[in-house]
Amino acid sequence: MLKYVVRRIFQMIPVFIGVTLILFILRAPGVLPGDPVRMITGERAITEALRLQVIEKHALDQPLHRQYIIYLQNLMRGDLGESYQRGRPVVDIFAEKFPNTLRLALAGIIVEVIIGLTAGIISAVRQYSFLDVLVTLSTSILVSVPVFWLGMLFQIFFGIRLKEWTGGAFYLPISGMSSGEFPDWVHLILPAITLASVSTAYVARIMRSQMLESMGQDYIRTAEAKGLTRRAVTFRHALKNALIPVVTFVGIDFGVMMGGAILTETVFSWPGVGREIFLAVGQRDWPIVMGGVVIIVFLVMIINLLVDLSYALLDPRIRYGGAGE
Amino acid sequence: MTDKYDDRSHDSTSPTDADGHEVKHEGRTLPTLPGGLHDTTTSRTLWGDAWRRLRKNKLAVAGLIWICLIVVMTLSADLWVPPNFGDPLAIDTTPGANLQPPSLEHPFGTDKLGRDVFSRVVYGARVSLTVGLLAVSISLVIGLLLGALSGYYSGFVDGLVMRAADVFFAFPYILFAIALIAVLGPSYRNVFIAIGILGWPSIARVFRSSIFSVKENEYVDAARAMGASDLRIMFRHIMPNAIAPIIVYGTMSIGGAIITEAALSFLGMGVQPPTPSWGLMLSDAKSLMFAAPWLTIWPGFAILTTVLAFVLMGDGMRDALDVKMKD
Repeated sequence: MLKYVVRRIFQMIPVFIGVTLILFILRAPGVLPGDPVRMITGERAITEALRLQVIEKHALDQPLHRQYIIYLQNLMRGDLGESYQRGRPVVDIFAEKFPNTLRLALAGIIVEVIIGLTAGIISAVRQYSFLDVLVTLSTSILVSVPVFWLGMLFQIFFGIRLKEWTGGAFYLPISGMSSGEFPDWVHLILPAITLASVSTAYVARIMRSQMLESMGQDYIRTAEAKGLTRRAVTFRHALKNALIPVVTFVGIDFGVMMGGAILTETVFSWPGVGREIFLAVGQRDWPIVMGGVVIIVFLVMIINLLVDLSYALLDPRIRYGGAGE
Repeated sequence: MTDKYDDRSHDSTSPTDADGHEVKHEGRTLPTLPGGLHDTTTSRTLWGDAWRRLRKNKLAVAGLIWICLIVVMTLSADLWVPPNFGDPLAIDTTPGANLQPPSLEHPFGTDKLGRDVFSRVVYGARVSLTVGLLAVSISLVIGLLLGALSGYYSGFVDGLVMRAADVFFAFPYILFAIALIAVLGPSYRNVFIAIGILGWPSIARVFRSSIFSVKENEYVDAARAMGASDLRIMFRHIMPNAIAPIIVYGTMSIGGAIITEAALSFLGMGVQPPTPSWGLMLSDAKSLMFAAPWLTIWPGFAILTTVLAFVLMGDGMRDALDVKMKD
């Protein structure tokens, strides 16, 4: 196992170099149109002294490879630059917001797993039934819905219309993450469902096709032949084997959600990393935008590594698979 | 034609029911053989067969019709939309002209500047379809080129291209787009350039694996034995046989590009006002969601149905062309 871990980490090196290179190129002078100083300070009038200071600090007057090394060194130190607009280091700004995004993403995963798995299993067990057609059709619709629009519809329906119809007796909070009116977790409901919408459709699809595939296997026939009940066959044998790809998807999706949360957080005014990036876009505060991208990219890389490792732990074929030669 | 693509047994047996391609043969009725089979000498192409199968898929046909309808509506918009509903850019400052709920005069209501929402939704289709087509074209040019190199030459080139694809996949899609546009500057043109650049790795991967499976065929060896050049083998023998998955994937990608454009414009990193873009309209609607829900409903509905149409078309084409794809 250790050997696999080491090998897998080594495989990450080219990706790491590639990713940092792209992030570096995006703000390197002369490579793309756009002023590198502007990318570092944000679009705000700055004094000539500050300008020179920035050029000095990021070695913008030196050859590209020197600049790249300095960029890497800064990254390693956790220095993502400063928001000159707010006079604070980018890392500090995101450290505050990060737990909120994490909470939202976890809630999203819960929604995705519960609804997605249930829909997928029902769909597979009752193949070609009305429910199956319903699930298949709604997954197609769900992957075509713009998440931010779905969030807005939820707000209109559950926040306003429901309140009107029930005379103010029942409705859901539509923005922010805490209030005197509701317990905190209630604030999570609509954003979590919105964030999870597309992934839920994918989980349902993957679950359905995996279930159908594993129910056609020989060991299922054996289990049926030895007289197990349909329920035992479905849940103990078919489901268990169908779950592995779903687990991988959900793991990787956790990273995707962190990145995709920008739309959901914007719609629901959820004070997370994504909304911070959105606000920075509005103020043309590029250090925050780029810093947020860097943080999430690295996070996604780490999550994917962990998913791979846990996958290897679950399925011995993988760690022995390519490692032997 | 191989048996895999032959679905004669499902066809109607009536010769008059033969589809357009065959009736075109000077209107000659096809000889009907015993057992209801057509004369097998009639040539059938892969594409003819695929079209026949696609037509039987109701959802795919619905998607196709919807796409055609949108294209026709938006291309002819100059003729009928402004005279009847108003110019999509015309601001009406008359008191009471703005935020009108849907009526006969304004089927989708008016926005906060008194502009007709129906007119903006129809013209918004231009932005969406243009961005969708151009972005996917850019992805196709880069992706097909790199995918072909990668699949045909394998070895070092392959490793290089695939590592580059890994790097692109490491980025969360929407954030990568935002970062690119932050550098290029938010504008109509830069949106489709950014989406196009980000789309190549998937295309390259699909095309590469497709080439891998085709190049093992004996006719490729035969062509090589006859002294055909790499380029000739690539364009004459491999590409035509490896292109089906790309067509399916490209169709679905148009839907994806449309949704991404809407998301970027919604965040302020896409098409800039006053151009009517569906995402931008939703962004404007955000603060008026409760006072004027029609501003939210129609542009979103337009995105949903258009993207869905491309997804259903893509699904249908995948089945019709018998392309195996991962979920």
